[in-house]
Amino acid sequence: MELREIISEGLGTLTLNKTRTGLAILGIVIGIGSVIALVSLGQATQKSIQEQIQSLGANLLTIQPGAVNEGGVRGAAGGRTSLTLEDAKAIALSPEITDIQNVSPEFSRRAQVTTGGSNTNTQIVGATSEYAPVHEIAVSSGTFISQRDVDSMTKVAVLGPQVVSDLFGEGANPIGKTIRVSGKTLNIVGVTVSKGGSGFLNRDDIIYVPLTTAQKVLFGADYLSSIALEAKSQNVMTEAQNQVGYFLLARHKISDVTQADFSITSQQDIINTVSATTGTFTSLLSGIAAISLLVGGIGIMNIMLVTVTERTREIGLRKALGAKKRVITTQFLAESIILTFSGGVIGAVFGIIASYVISRLINSAFIISPSSILLAFVVSAAIGILFGWYPANKAANLQPIEALRYE
Amino acid sequence: MDNKPIIQAKHLTKIYKTDTLETVAVDDVSFRVEKGEFVAIMGPSGSGKSTLMHILGALDKPTSGEYILDEEKVEKLTDDELADIRNRKIGFVFQAFNLLPRTTTLKNVILPMIYAGIPREEREERAKKFLKMVGLEDRMNHTSNQISGGQQQRVAIARALVLNPSIILADEPTGNIASAQAEEIMAIFQKLNDEGHTIIMITHESDIAEHAKRVIHLKDGKIFDDSSQHQQRIAKSKDSLVI
Repeated sequence: MELREIISEGLGTLTLNKTRTGLAILGIVIGIGSVIALVSLGQATQKSIQEQIQSLGANLLTIQPGAVNEGGVRGAAGGRTSLTLEDAKAIALSPEITDIQNVSPEFSRRAQVTTGGSNTNTQIVGATSEYAPVHEIAVSSGTFISQRDVDSMTKVAVLGPQVVSDLFGEGANPIGKTIRVSGKTLNIVGVTVSKGGSGFLNRDDIIYVPLTTAQKVLFGADYLSSIALEAKSQNVMTEAQNQVGYFLLARHKISDVTQADFSITSQQDIINTVSATTGTFTSLLSGIAAISLLVGGIGIMNIMLVTVTERTREIGLRKALGAKKRVITTQFLAESIILTFSGGVIGAVFGIIASYVISRLINSAFIISPSSILLAFVVSAAIGILFGWYPANKAANLQPIEALRYE
Repeated sequence: MDNKPIIQAKHLTKIYKTDTLETVAVDDVSFRVEKGEFVAIMGPSGSGKSTLMHILGALDKPTSGEYILDEEKVEKLTDDELADIRNRKIGFVFQAFNLLPRTTTLKNVILPMIYAGIPREEREERAKKFLKMVGLEDRMNHTSNQISGGQQQRVAIARALVLNPSIILADEPTGNIASAQAEEIMAIFQKLNDEGHTIIMITHESDIAEHAKRVIHLKDGKIFDDSSQHQQRIAKSKDSLVI
């Protein structure tokens, strides 16, 4: 029997009972559709998070105090105060460190901010003039923190747009007005351009003050929360990381790398971590969708078993007329594969439409990977074989006389 | 004419076993059918005629005994080999017609040719030829539920003939058909037999059995009476008279 005949005969049988065929493939449609939609959603989320991290600054390395593995005994080695402004200056001036072009020492702490009647709780970042190029921050009006502000500990502040709308209302111009932080009054000299982002990535809900002002005037500290470094290019990230790492180890007189009282992470490290997290999330969602695919497959098996029972006489007749076992198996397998495969095609179409709609709704990228569509087809055909096998074999092993007698 | 018999049944026995009960459906049956014979197998229900029919039709295997169909030993074959034997050597005509529902008569006649691996172009031509032979050339594109019982049985006969089988096995072929149409069906069988086809027919109606040249009566799984043996006996007694 030719393939074309097998397929056309299978299609013929399936179109005889359209409602049942439709209901049978519905499970597969939903399964394949949700796998495609969820994988697409996961990939879009991953891409948008990566872009947001990328937007925090290109070629960024961050030095943070404390060991990589914090907690336990290790916390004692330097703790949270091991980085100082002198470290940052030394890095900037060191002739050994050739792959770094900007050094931005930073001190940040959350604090309550008040002005007139309104108040908010936000991140206060003590920054130098190098903060802006390293983190790709620009001001929409006024000026950013200057070297002179840092040198003379001026009481000025640059506000993120989120803080402006929280304190003064949407679209207000706060330049020239004042805010109070830790009992000190600061003059607002600038507002930054919105960088978007949300949660820990929100670069709009920040108040920038001169580093020295933050350390000495506002919070009374002589250490840094972090030092951000801008490498000269993407290609020298690893070299830059090593140069700075060994320089700081020497400076802190630590000979054992595992005892380091600081850690250096690159932008890529963060992206990798986040990608791994969102990847796990995507796999989890796809796993749930795959379960619905499994349930759909069991539905197909159920329908095929009903079909075999209903068509017992027909099977008996075909065997009486000379159909061998293999022919009967092929016929019923073909039917279940046609069922699941067409379910897969329809599901893929629905999945793509759903991902498109979702990407519009949450304003994310619309990503459909060809591999997920290919996988959907392969998986749906495989389900047809897997769940059609038992019913098809049951049909093939019917004894012709029993089958012909069946009422 | 070929003098080898089409069917040789030697000591065929079929025993059905359940946990507590052993039923002998066919009990040591031996007979031969020559090429061109028209045999009716008669008997009351429970006489074992259906079981015998299944064994002759290679649909079932005997518990013991030997069955040779057109020079092939059938009783030891596997399921797939039996399917092949049924396809090439036996044309079935069933009481309930057993056409594929919602399928055209043409496709019904084509079906056994698909299993025989006959090329596509040849199939339709042959199917049309045999539908014409049973007088249904104008019903080729009707589905089986759009035609009468008599017509359905004629389609079934066309389907049985299309691979030129060694024997035609008819199981109560007129059982589900109005008597006027039954006569038409029997006329077709008569004509086929005249053309040289070997026909074995199961029936419980004696007026249908009358169309056959030879009648085998079964009772309790045994051959109770075989009209050909009468003739042989008559022939033998004639011989003895001559002597």
